[in-house]
Amino acid sequence: MRLVVDNLDVRYGGVHAVRGLSLTVEPGEIVGLIGPNGAGKSSTLHAIMGLAGASGSVQLDDRELLGLRPEDVARSGIALVPEGRRIFAELSVEENVRLGLAGRRTRGSTDLAAVYDLFPIVHEFRARQAGALSGGQQQQLAIARALVAEPDVLLLDEPSLGLAPSVVDVVFEALAAIKQRGLAVLLVEQRAQRTVAASDRSHVLANGAVQLTLGPQDAGDTEKLVAAYLS
Amino acid sequence: MTVTWQNLADGLLLGSVYALMAVGIGLVFGVLRLVNFAYGQLVMAGAFALALASQWGWPAWAGIVLCFAVVLALSAAMEWVVFRPLRGHSPAVMLVATFAVAFLLQSIALLWFGSLGKIATSLTFLGRFWTIGGVDIRKIAIVAVIVAAVCLLLLSVLLERTEIGLHMRAASMDFSTARMLGVRANRVISFAVLISGALAAVVAVMLTVQTPLVTPDFALRDTIVVLAGVVVGGLNRPIPATLGGFAIGFATGVLGGALPTDQSQYLPTFVFVAVILVLLVRPRGLFDFSRTVERV
Repeated sequence: MRLVVDNLDVRYGGVHAVRGLSLTVEPGEIVGLIGPNGAGKSSTLHAIMGLAGASGSVQLDDRELLGLRPEDVARSGIALVPEGRRIFAELSVEENVRLGLAGRRTRGSTDLAAVYDLFPIVHEFRARQAGALSGGQQQQLAIARALVAEPDVLLLDEPSLGLAPSVVDVVFEALAAIKQRGLAVLLVEQRAQRTVAASDRSHVLANGAVQLTLGPQDAGDTEKLVAAYLS
Repeated sequence: MTVTWQNLADGLLLGSVYALMAVGIGLVFGVLRLVNFAYGQLVMAGAFALALASQWGWPAWAGIVLCFAVVLALSAAMEWVVFRPLRGHSPAVMLVATFAVAFLLQSIALLWFGSLGKIATSLTFLGRFWTIGGVDIRKIAIVAVIVAAVCLLLLSVLLERTEIGLHMRAASMDFSTARMLGVRANRVISFAVLISGALAAVVAVMLTVQTPLVTPDFALRDTIVVLAGVVVGGLNRPIPATLGGFAIGFATGVLGGALPTDQSQYLPTFVFVAVILVLLVRPRGLFDFSRTVERV
């Protein structure tokens, strides 16, 4: 299924966080959202997920999602890996993974093998308390938990934040594997160059609006990236 | 002051009852971050149902069924009419709403049954004594301990081994993230409110054996003491909250029996001074030993 965001507006009181944003993510695509702090990247994901009030349109194929409660958006086929991971530290790793089943549309299906195949470390530590995992392992757990829902669209909010470079590699390798599985991925990141290289296209946001769209061929063009950020 | 085996048995009885009340209050607090001050009035309503069943000559089991039906119906009504429409409002609004519900239910009881109340007699046989090793112990003390243990065990299995239990635990830790994963907020909250109501019905049955005279302020004092116990134990976590409820019930039961008659009016003073001292020394709660998890 494809995600179509059209003319999205998000306001927090007097702050206009997202202004008329439109984008499309097709199955098997990674679309990046990059830009400075406060550009409206996370607000866009929150609005899609039903976590923030918004106007405009968010459609999964032809189904309108805007106005739905977060749990209903999750059960429609969209999963969010939130910023800061927000795993349940006091639950076991496996219980965290099983929570992802709440968003799965095929009732009664509880198979976790596909996710454990993608993240063997999550399988290995499944009996441990989730709070005992390292930051990188927690990030893999957060992505695994989202994938358990078998979503059509995966939203990721700063998945590499605070991770060591070697762990960032693991996360981006996982994203490539997820793309291979045919999911539509919307990736919010601060690591602009890495995101532009990994994405089919990347939208540069500033002041809540798309300023520029870059392709993977632009990843090496530092001047263009810097100009986009300063625009 | 002399503590006898009988006093200890009374302490166990009250501790068990208060532990169940603490779980009931703690479950709703876990998912709604709301202290339900109307919890005592749910117990009162169940006790009146038992009293009415006694008055109508119904057998004990029918009275218990009526008690559960009334308390569960009121719990469901509370969730649908009060909690759900106010969800998303500030905690202060929700808190005041539970006060309003408490006064409403108490006023209705006063209008319907009068201030003198009614007597629940169908379970008085549980108030008689068994002699065990030369010590007279009321049957209800043993029944209460067994019933509380079974209820807590069943609840533990529900929370640890079922999907809805996992969802409830996750919701009590971070409701926003749980919803984002697809956990249905209304289902989890309704379930917690109903389980809490079922526990209130169990408490109503046990308290009416201990105190057969049911008045509109029935269980009001118990609820206040349990709330103090829950805070002493640790409001944020179910096990410490339950232990807090048990501890304050046990202390109240033992002291209530052991204090000389001319000093028994000071019992609440002793209990609440102890509560204040505990909170000064351990503000997170007496039984909350949680700490940051060490990473691998």
